[in-house]
Amino acid sequence: MTPLAGLDVLAEHRSIVICTGSGGVGKTTAAAAIAVEAAQRGRRACVVTIDPAKRLADALGLASLTNEPGLVDGPWPGELWALMLDTKSTFDALVTRYAERPEQAQGILSNRLYRNLSGALSGTQEYMAMEKLYELHDQDRFDLIVVDTPPTRNALDFLDAPRRLTRFLDNRIFRLLMMPTRASLRALNMATQVFLHTVAKVVGSEVVHDTVDFFTAFEGMEQGFRERAQRVTELLSQPATAFVLVTAPRRDAVDEAMFFARRLQEAAIEIEALIVNRVHPRHGPLPSVWTAPGALERALADPQQGGLARLLANLQDLEGIGRREERYVEALIDRVAPAPVARVPLLVGDVHDLAGLEEVAEHLFARTSTTSPDDSAHPRTG
Amino acid sequence: MDPAQFCAQARLLIVAGKGGVGKTTVSAAMALVAAREGLTSLVVELEGKSGLGSAFGRSEVLTYHETVLAAGGGPDGAADVRARTLTPDDALVEYLEGHGMGRMSRRLAASGALDVVATAVPGIKDILVLGKVKQLERASAAGEEGASDFLVLDGPAAGHAVTLLMSAQALLDAVSVGPIRSQASDVSELLRDPSRCQVMLVTLPEETPVNEVVETAFALEDRVGLHLAPIVVNGLYPAVDLDTDVEAAAERAGVRLTAAERDALAGAADFRRRRQAFQAEQVGRLADALPLPQIHLPYVFTTDLGRPEVELLATALAGEIGRLPEPVGAPVAGPVTGPARP
Repeated sequence: MTPLAGLDVLAEHRSIVICTGSGGVGKTTAAAAIAVEAAQRGRRACVVTIDPAKRLADALGLASLTNEPGLVDGPWPGELWALMLDTKSTFDALVTRYAERPEQAQGILSNRLYRNLSGALSGTQEYMAMEKLYELHDQDRFDLIVVDTPPTRNALDFLDAPRRLTRFLDNRIFRLLMMPTRASLRALNMATQVFLHTVAKVVGSEVVHDTVDFFTAFEGMEQGFRERAQRVTELLSQPATAFVLVTAPRRDAVDEAMFFARRLQEAAIEIEALIVNRVHPRHGPLPSVWTAPGALERALADPQQGGLARLLANLQDLEGIGRREERYVEALIDRVAPAPVARVPLLVGDVHDLAGLEEVAEHLFARTSTTSPDDSAHPRTG
Repeated sequence: MDPAQFCAQARLLIVAGKGGVGKTTVSAAMALVAAREGLTSLVVELEGKSGLGSAFGRSEVLTYHETVLAAGGGPDGAADVRARTLTPDDALVEYLEGHGMGRMSRRLAASGALDVVATAVPGIKDILVLGKVKQLERASAAGEEGASDFLVLDGPAAGHAVTLLMSAQALLDAVSVGPIRSQASDVSELLRDPSRCQVMLVTLPEETPVNEVVETAFALEDRVGLHLAPIVVNGLYPAVDLDTDVEAAAERAGVRLTAAERDALAGAADFRRRRQAFQAEQVGRLADALPLPQIHLPYVFTTDLGRPEVELLATALAGEIGRLPEPVGAPVAGPVTGPARP
């Protein structure tokens, strides 16, 4: 059996693929294209998206938020399902699951602090994405689940999120507040008392009351949350889970991708593939005319030579972009080596239908030749 | 319109747009435009990113304390471009210090207790940040010692910009008394006053960025009551007329090309033509959806963005401002309704 090339292993053998990267680099498109590829290879694939552009959402049948996977029709032997994450109802389901009594769940769900939690506590969306992943994985309905992570400046919030949430629930000041007797207040140190007093003065005492109610309502449930968070973390570190880093060949995007790569490596997570989106195509060799200093400028001004000079200047400009992009990505490729690299050329217009996703999949899975002079657009095998 | 007149319209210019559209570059260029008119300008950076310093060829990391990125005072009459960061945590610590809690504020910030409060009162961090911006704007208006004449807020990404700028209203709805409420009320007043503050949206001539900026523009105007400055379309390929017949062009020039060279020239020309047409289409779409004047900035082909490129973009920006019609004082887009809305 020939070894699988490049990204093929993702679509063929992995059961979870997590696409990570900064915002605006085409993560959603890449995630959807990987799921399309798996469906084409006869697998049951589900893509979990966070915030797809409207027309792509429509193409995937995601016009409304349902939080349950919907089947996408298409000419493939496998299945393609898609889901748009609804952070709040995922969190609600989690609360309902771990509440000891229905009243406890109700008390939490109607608390003002809880209602703000999904929007205000950074990392909640990431945690719920992982929670949804766990739930879907647990159902055993899919061979492959591809997760598009929320765009975030805080790299890997989704890895930190479970811990962040438990830290939030464990907050010492508020745990002390929940103790039944006034004596406990004496246990609070002076700083804390002054702090709470100030909070009440600055934002009103109802905020402090809501907060105390919230932590009281959560009493007894943190253990369930903590265990669940632990199982999610284990799921992420199993060998059938693959992390894919997505970037664009811009300096800011590559800088952030480098940071992501470092953080993933620190967490002992292997990056199984690098996807570079929106790469300017390379067009071929530069004719060696007007190479002397000022020669091209003179040719541009010349009525006879102007036409060719403009064509040459354009080719030089585009080659300059291509070389610059390649230079940006080089260090990143070294950083994630031996992970295979797939480049998706800059397409005119956005991807907003299944045909567009299939075109992206063709570039990711190296079924087309490319215009790259050094053949580097083919995924590199590690 | 004269660039000096443009900068005199409002002391605070908030630059906002989707990630990767060049907000920081435009912020830097705008600060330079103002500085060239003799106005000391301060760029306030919200997210602790590194781009601003390097746009001026500086490698140091920006901090909560002002630093001079480009010194003025030369024979050209230009003033300083300064920069600083303004993160919620710093703003909070400063706020607590101002309320007699200096010693414990950092420890509390580290304990996570502030997360709890920030969750209970969403928008409180945003209000602290904008409250500090308002303080800078007031100091500027009062001509305080060391205050800058022109403030540029290098804003957060579009989605968060709407949340940030709406935070004042949200907080006014949620909190009925106390100093935070009056802070929110002051911020709301600043944001709604076109003689104090305007928002410059930045986008790229691409599909999603155009869609998003249209949405953001309506949200900011309708829901926050902000005054929108002309919209910046960044990264436009300068229009070039490229011959379709490479062979004929080579013949006229008396140059002999190999087949590979001919293909490369033709392929590059075709790519450029398609991109130009696509960009023109997006610019048109934006004009149809958003009745704001547009400022077009060129794609910079040469190298990484550094001081020379920012100088060049500032010149382009000043030129585009110069082309704007004279009275832009009145609300530009107005409460537009109907089919233009996406």
